[in-house]
Amino acid sequence: MIDILSWVFLLGGAFFLVSAGIGLLRLPDVFTRLHGAGMADTMGVALTTIGLMLQAGLSLVTLKLLLIWLFIWFTSPVAGHSVARSALVGGERPVLHPRDPQAAAAAAASARQGDAVEGRAP
Amino acid sequence: MMFLVSAIAILVTMGMAITRGFKGPTVYDRALAVNVFGTSTVLLIAVIGFLTGRPDFLDLALVYALLSFVGTIAILKYVSYGDLAATRDPDPEEDWSW
Repeated sequence: MIDILSWVFLLGGAFFLVSAGIGLLRLPDVFTRLHGAGMADTMGVALTTIGLMLQAGLSLVTLKLLLIWLFIWFTSPVAGHSVARSALVGGERPVLHPRDPQAAAAAAASARQGDAVEGRAP
Repeated sequence: MMFLVSAIAILVTMGMAITRGFKGPTVYDRALAVNVFGTSTVLLIAVIGFLTGRPDFLDLALVYALLSFVGTIAILKYVSYGDLAATRDPDPEEDWSW
């Protein structure tokens, strides 16, 4: 029974982790990639550590897993906010929510052809 | 078996994150990819501890979680301010709303 639950949690965590990786690869700019990274930092870590906790039973190992989970849970929003703020300050702008819709269409077209928006070096 | 599947999924995620780290057009993409890579490394250390029956590895995972967070913040602060001891906003005159 515990093994089945553990399988469910670990597979759920694996699903969220892999979708975070796909999101990092496929989404168009930094601000949308933050969303993909958030998947790994919240649900990926949570489900994987819960799956491991079920295998560990009630011991010091479970406490350590809980500490890892809590630490990543608290630091992930800070890191995400920090990336978004320094990208905005450094001149990056969201591709999907621009002031100028024509520039947005052009940017989307170039993103579809090549990799992403052409390099605006910080 | 379940730990093996989890470890493989984590390795796939690390591969995709490091690909974004190499490709990413801006330095912020790279910082984000390194952040995800660090989180995945923490999970990988924990899962490998269970896989080999040595949960002592969790101490290493905890320390790596601390180091990875501090590293991300340090990189971003250095990129934004050009100085790790800066306290003011980078450019208060500039309008960085969109």
